Amino acid sequence: MPLEKISQVSGQAIYVPGDDIDTDRIIPARFMKCVTFDGLGEYLFYDMKFKEDGSKKEHPLNDPRFINASIMLSGSNFGCGSSREHAPQSLYRAGFRAVIAGNFAEIFFGNSINLGMPCISLPDSERAKLASFIQENPSADVIVDVQNLKIRFDGSSIPCELRQGARESLLNGTWDPIDELLGANESVEAIHNRLAYS
Amino acid sequence: MMKRNLFEKVWDAHAVGQLQNGQTQLFVGRHLIHEVTSPQAFGMLREKSLPVRYPERTFATVDHIVPTNETQEPYSDPLADAMIKELRKNCQDFDVTFFDVDTGKQGIVHVVGPEQGLTQPGMTIACGDSHTSTHGAFGAIAFGIGTSQVRDLLATQTMALGKLKVRRIEVNGSLNPGIYAKDVILHIIKLLGVNGGTGFAYEYAGEVFDSFSMEERMTACNMSIEGGARVGYVNPDAKTFDYLKGRPYSPQDEDWDKATSEWASFASDEGCQYDDLVKIDASEIGPTVTWGINPSQAIGIDETIPDSTGMGEKEKASIDEAIEYMKITPGAPIKGTPIDVAFIGSCTNGRISDLEEVARQLGGHKVKEGVKAIVVPGSQVVSKLAEAKGLDKIFREAGFEWRFAGCSMCLAMNPDKLIGDQLCASSSNRNFKGRQGSPTGRTMLMSPIMVAAAAITGVVSDSREVFSS
Ligand code: SF4
Repeated sequence: MPLEKISQVSGQAIYVPGDDIDTDRIIPARFMKCVTFDGLGEYLFYDMKFKEDGSKKEHPLNDPRFINASIMLSGSNFGCGSSREHAPQSLYRAGFRAVIAGNFAEIFFGNSINLGMPCISLPDSERAKLASFIQENPSADVIVDVQNLKIRFDGSSIPCELRQGARESLLNGTWDPIDELLGANESVEAIHNRLAYS
Repeated sequence: MMKRNLFEKVWDAHAVGQLQNGQTQLFVGRHLIHEVTSPQAFGMLREKSLPVRYPERTFATVDHIVPTNETQEPYSDPLADAMIKELRKNCQDFDVTFFDVDTGKQGIVHVVGPEQGLTQPGMTIACGDSHTSTHGAFGAIAFGIGTSQVRDLLATQTMALGKLKVRRIEVNGSLNPGIYAKDVILHIIKLLGVNGGTGFAYEYAGEVFDSFSMEERMTACNMSIEGGARVGYVNPDAKTFDYLKGRPYSPQDEDWDKATSEWASFASDEGCQYDDLVKIDASEIGPTVTWGINPSQAIGIDETIPDSTGMGEKEKASIDEAIEYMKITPGAPIKGTPIDVAFIGSCTNGRISDLEEVARQLGGHKVKEGVKAIVVPGSQVVSKLAEAKGLDKIFREAGFEWRFAGCSMCLAMNPDKLIGDQLCASSSNRNFKGRQGSPTGRTMLMSPIMVAAAAITGVVSDSREVFSS
């Protein structure tokens, strides 16, 4: 089945400040005791959102103005730590379709692209502008233009970055590589037979 | 012939071809799986009615969720119990070898692979776990992957990956007494930062790595990912081969000599190119302890907790956030910080040599009253070896609990957890907020011997002082 071609993502955005937001924070390990990814959206940033007694903390994700956000803006080195795909899955299942940050940890980046969720890099100063726009205009649309590598908001259009390979796979709908990988049967078999170890 | 480094040689030997998006389709010769990141992948296979392409290339174990204080199933935690049963079923259905708890081979995946001889030089190895970099200690290219890629490997034995750059990190000179591999890697991360390694494979080299044992090399490679590098490796040498000789999955008899000469050929060529080179003087490395909430927030045991006054806005924010979370005082010495829990174990420091080294120094000392101290062997093989040497007795007599193998208190997926804002001196690899199970729990990373010193004195201490007498 052909995958969706993702040339842009648009929607409301939310700003979750902080650098080095790790995957344990995105989804605490205790919620990974599951055999499917279903329902993970509920536990996104759980310990940032709730106190130990279950009452709500002050957190952008608890702010009703941002309840429909589908684009997350954050700091640098987003998604560092473990390889758990549970982290991008929980974002995706909570309704997010793109993340904008200073830069991303490698495994998180790859896992997100695999889900068709662009991870866009934006320098500090531009992120600060976007952050204040979001705070002041919670219901305004932000557009992540994957095709032209631009982020559009408030009538302005600022350049952003996305690794070329990832961009291409989003644009041509090959972000999930499984079909292409399955296609190379013979050369795979050749390497399998050539390697001294099984 | 062009001179190549190990990463390039192994990569080239496993590259199937180029994909449409420019990435490489890479053959992964050895695939390791565990209960947390594989069930969804098997689910995806079933959905697509795909078989496992080469089941003989995948090996499974169970580590994250296994309780370390009970062995009887059903486990008291029904979710954990469901996870082990799901893995068992998946391995049966798809014909995958499973080192189940009754085999005597179960343990943390990154301890099990090497000790079974599954991890060998020149291999590509992947596992749905970021600490897969550990296996690089043998001169393999080993990386952590997500669950969709676990599916890709099960279905095709290949995955899509962009080639990494290679940074050689040489640590030369000799380490001062009482300094361990853990201090070396914490020092490297402190120098290069938590995302300094993004886009790179780290080649560790120099006199210190040459003289390291295989287990010390594993400790260092293990934490490559804490420095942002997905892959870390050491070139294979005679020590590598010695370690592997006679292991269950190592080449046997007449295959052995052939294997070692092939393995040796993967080592980086003298005079080959690197994308970057970092040189570190071993004598500068002291006992290193983390004070903050990421592994680069580390200082020497004689240093003081940073004070953000006068720093740039960004740096100040990150230091202040860490200090607030850790409930420590800027400018205060780290030495003397009271601890509540001491944890020796994990895929970083739960191997036999770690336990031997602590046990060797522990004699006669007792864990401070009020401190909960646990030792968790990294695998059943490690447990058995340690028990045969009487190490369990030494630990018990000193006041440590001696547990069954597993990830235990490294992360919060089993009953071993911090409570409230307890502070844990831990030989594991991550000090993220909430990592050890309590959303307000605090972690200080250090070497196992430093954990033992903290357990005995009840405060963060210099092991060289505690164990000198
Ligand atoms: S010991 Fe810790 S870091 Fe290692 S595999 Fe287990 S949970 Fe992950």
